[in-house]
Amino acid sequence: MQMSSRMKNLLTPVIAVLLGVLVGTIIMIVSGYDAIAAYTALWNGAFGDVYFVGEVVRQVTPYILAGLAVAFAFKTGLFNIGVEGQMLVGWVAAVWVGVSFDLPRIIHLPLAVLAAGVAGALWAFIPGYLKARFRVHEVIVTIMLNHTALYVTNEIIRSVLSDGKERTDMIAESASLRSPFFEVLTDYSRMHWGITIAIICAIIMWFILEKTTTGFELRAVGFNEHASQYAGMNVKRNIILSMVISGVFAGLAGAMEGLGTFGYAAVKGGFTGVGFDGIAVALLGGNTAIGVILAAILFGGLKVGALNMPLEAGVPNELVDIIIALIIIFVASSYIIRWFIDRISKKGVK
Amino acid sequence: MGFMDILQIVIPSTLLWAAPLILTALGGIFSERSGVVNIGLEGLMVIGAFTGIVFNLETVQVFGNWTPWVALLVAALVGALFSLIHAVATISFRADHTVSGVAINLLAVGVALFLVKLIYDKGQTDIIQKGFRKIDIPFLSDIPIIGPIFFSNTYWTSYVAIIIAIIAWFIVFKTPFGLRLRSTGEHPMAADTMGINVTKMRYIGVIISGALGGLGGAVYAQSISSDFSHATISGQGFMALAAMIFGKWHPLGAMGAAIFFGFAQSLSIIGNSLPFLQNVPSVILLIAPYILTILALTGFIGRADAPKASGTHYIKGSR
Repeated sequence: MQMSSRMKNLLTPVIAVLLGVLVGTIIMIVSGYDAIAAYTALWNGAFGDVYFVGEVVRQVTPYILAGLAVAFAFKTGLFNIGVEGQMLVGWVAAVWVGVSFDLPRIIHLPLAVLAAGVAGALWAFIPGYLKARFRVHEVIVTIMLNHTALYVTNEIIRSVLSDGKERTDMIAESASLRSPFFEVLTDYSRMHWGITIAIICAIIMWFILEKTTTGFELRAVGFNEHASQYAGMNVKRNIILSMVISGVFAGLAGAMEGLGTFGYAAVKGGFTGVGFDGIAVALLGGNTAIGVILAAILFGGLKVGALNMPLEAGVPNELVDIIIALIIIFVASSYIIRWFIDRISKKGVK
Repeated sequence: MGFMDILQIVIPSTLLWAAPLILTALGGIFSERSGVVNIGLEGLMVIGAFTGIVFNLETVQVFGNWTPWVALLVAALVGALFSLIHAVATISFRADHTVSGVAINLLAVGVALFLVKLIYDKGQTDIIQKGFRKIDIPFLSDIPIIGPIFFSNTYWTSYVAIIIAIIAWFIVFKTPFGLRLRSTGEHPMAADTMGINVTKMRYIGVIISGALGGLGGAVYAQSISSDFSHATISGQGFMALAAMIFGKWHPLGAMGAAIFFGFAQSLSIIGNSLPFLQNVPSVILLIAPYILTILALTGFIGRADAPKASGTHYIKGSR
């Protein structure tokens, strides 16, 4: 029986994850570590306690949004590596609103979240516009803008949002996403209301792409630019729109960190990594809304659980970074995985 | 402070910062000219820096003053091996080049830090005893005017990088091998028709980029940072990528761009000691390389076009 393509689409990421874990296990055994103890520590550190579950949700929140950002652009055939930079500008924009105003919560919080989305959108508009107008490849522009965002936001934090200090003040209570309810529920983890925003955004992405004319056009441009042009769609407008919406998701991921997890913005020596992990999330999730949520849970669990590995099993937490990188390589190499599935399922017939 | 004094500070510092960028950007050129996009340059530099430092620390008793040079060779070798992952994924397994490159970057940091913790049981290595030191180049430093500016208080590695750039230019543009390499990056089907093994050429391109990226990382680690931690390589690989584009995929152009970016980087560090730069915010110098690259791509500073088939898979028999 030939396997359906839908089945293959589901099987490929699962095989990629298993291969990643397998290679990770081999690395541990070769390095002389106790792999079983390491995975036990990983599991306990992610789901062993309500506190850890809360922390996983906290980590999953920006992962979902970063993953949605990458996935959304991907649907229009664009590769947004700039999620990291768009997230940083969103983070600082949200904190900026959070520290400079004193408003009732019902206005302040939405305003801060909105500012993050707008900042991310503006930052993503640049590569979108340059792609549409000058045919400049968005990958290079977004990489360059990541670094620009890092240095510019650092400068803003130092000279605008504080007097030469390394971090801003805490945001006003009225702009915070913190939730005493979740905190009590999860033994005082940093879990916050952001998760609801992330899930709403996933639904919005699904709705835009699958249920609206705009979404159809965006996907059409991704499938075949020339055919879309011929059919009367405005390709340039759709490219810019796709990047801008992607940037909104990325900016919101920054708001999750700025308004929820940390409550401030600090000068950074390097990238947070959330934007790049978003690429992994989107790829593993097959660029679909539900896939992104599932992949974000997996990677969020891995990342948070990893912190427990050095404590309980003496294994460096970087092992999880290795596993995540391997999973990306295996998903990207899905051609070869599919080829194997084909070979095996054909043999089954004979 | 006289103009000569300023030049004597700025030029050696510029060349110091430029050397790793030149080498890594050249690596990018070999890969992209063969048709494989290599976003993983950053990761290759990480591996090179890690290998260089660890090898230096472990064998300094054996090799003495030659340790940093031997470490460079080992780092190039390990970089080449590491880049094989990218080569296999993109060329043989038809993985998206950009995705694989991103994964290479994540993998490199993960592997390097994992091994640092495994070997030294802490997050960063010790500081190396024998790194590249400031030297006066014999004879050349005695030339009046030019000598003190270009050949005093400088580093061997800067000149090695410049010489390698000239060699790379010769290889890419003046040898049959270079012509074949470029043809697989411009039009692989035509190259295949002429009997060139596209897969082989692309593997070679990526492996050379791994060796040069590893070299760049090891030069950086042994002349600038002197140890290895998570922050040793933070963006230099992407800056090298920018230099490659700004130099329009041409070895000498990339060298020029890398020297210019090295200049910007060194100014952002030593700028405070220069009278005319005290009022320029360092953020302007930090972001200058990236902004200039975007402008170059947009066509404001002469249009930069990538090799035509760069980033595509070549599948025999398909049109």
